[in-house]
Amino acid sequence: FFSSFWAAAQGTTSSTGARISSTSSSTTRTRTTPGAKQPVMSAGSGYDLSSSTFSPDGRIFQVEYASKAVENGGTALGLKCRDGVVLAVEKPVLNKMLLPTSNRRIHSVDEAHGVAVTGFVADARQIVNRARDEAIGYEETYGTKVPPSVLSDRLAAYVHYFTLHGALRPFGATALVASYDDETKEHALHMIEPSGMSHRYFACAAGKGRQPAKTEMEKLTLNNREDPAQNISVREGVKQLARIIHALHDEAKDKPFELEMSWLCEESGWKHKGVPRDVIKESVEWAKKDIAEAEEEDEDSDEEMEG
Amino acid sequence: MSAHASMHAPRSHAAAAAAADPYNLKPGEHSTGTTIMAIPFDGGVVMGADSRTSTGTYIAVRVADKITQVHDRIWICRSGSAADTQALTDYIRHYLSQLAVETGRAPTVKTAAHLMRRMIYENKDNLMAGVIVGGWDVVDGGSVYNIPLGGTMMKMPFALGGSGSTYIWGLVDHKFKEGMTKDEAKALVEKAIAHAMARDGSSGGIIRTVVITEDGCDKEFIPGDKLPYGP
Repeated sequence: FFSSFWAAAQGTTSSTGARISSTSSSTTRTRTTPGAKQPVMSAGSGYDLSSSTFSPDGRIFQVEYASKAVENGGTALGLKCRDGVVLAVEKPVLNKMLLPTSNRRIHSVDEAHGVAVTGFVADARQIVNRARDEAIGYEETYGTKVPPSVLSDRLAAYVHYFTLHGALRPFGATALVASYDDETKEHALHMIEPSGMSHRYFACAAGKGRQPAKTEMEKLTLNNREDPAQNISVREGVKQLARIIHALHDEAKDKPFELEMSWLCEESGWKHKGVPRDVIKESVEWAKKDIAEAEEEDEDSDEEMEG
Repeated sequence: MSAHASMHAPRSHAAAAAAADPYNLKPGEHSTGTTIMAIPFDGGVVMGADSRTSTGTYIAVRVADKITQVHDRIWICRSGSAADTQALTDYIRHYLSQLAVETGRAPTVKTAAHLMRRMIYENKDNLMAGVIVGGWDVVDGGSVYNIPLGGTMMKMPFALGGSGSTYIWGLVDHKFKEGMTKDEAKALVEKAIAHAMARDGSSGGIIRTVVITEDGCDKEFIPGDKLPYGP
């Protein structure tokens, strides 16, 4: 904690490590961190050592760096369809010796809520555990399932807490929360970011491929207010998410991956469940066909889809 | 007393005290030895109570208001220790208002009943409170929950409580039918409470009623000389 003060004041090497160069007067510097594929341009310069330090231009760099950590994770997508919510995560297979179904990225909080995570998966575990505690505590006190907005607000407050402590670091994980509200009979999708911000979405994406994924998701009919029946169904949503994840995956650059999907919809009895394997299989087959057809038709779209 | 009984001494002392003094009151404490009831109908709830608050044989308040509002459309009938039930309803009112802000919607009767039940059950050794939670909400319409002394919570087609209720179970069982209208329910509440007041020394005064619907709450009372039955 004190070391960050010294570094900010004098720009010399701090006791936390020799990462800071001695040219403190410049506001930007190029720094090669071990293991990075390319030099990183960063504007930290001493204001980025602690999440309890603002920079002169009003940013908290540790929180931004935490978001960067999430961007290295597998793509996680969420879609609020007219009859339910679908979650999908691209789970890189870290090791051929791993059991395929282990190391889950999608968790149930209670029957009415599901959380998909990306980024530091270990950090995400804490968020999921907290969500489970909140859900149980709410139901014990108030007798009904926790409403979606309350759960996401509480998780956001929890995540935010870690962004204003000198002794703690922010979570390097983002959580996509699919929920069903027992009382209003409405389903909802929320996303909580490392900064502690939480919003409600029609579609959201986090992780490696989030930019192209968002572009693809914006093309779907999710928010037609004049004719809500036009909005896509979960079955269609499952296919589309499978397609987006497969399209973004670069065979050459990225590791092989597993596709984890879950839904919370009428078909699942409004309980958060894994999408049945045969439905996933069907959707992946359709996705691959659709991608191949698109490639044949238009070579340019191939470049556009690559993250 | 045997060695076994000594482990349970506090309970048996309380039981003995309860037998001698049914209200288990501290000296000077007020009891709402009482008759309270609530009947839901299609679109709302009728809640009713007598108005006698007694300390032993002295009637401390003869026009008491035992039906307390804890949210826009949720009211609670109180019986037992007046102080305990007032403190409880104050807590519930506080928690419900905070919950309404956090969730952005009106709390349900079920939630209010749950909160009350938790509070009574977890503090049962120090409380003497039997309440009826009733109201209207958008999820269940009109509903009524009876929470007697130990902290059980029961959703009921109609609820009776208080010392005077013992005299009118038969009457209400006889007269109650499912699907009553607002006027039928109100008439039954008034008649039953009047009968209880006629026989229970701890119930009397006036009959207060609150009719709760989606559109609002109507508070009325029947003066002591115009009771449907009695005195």
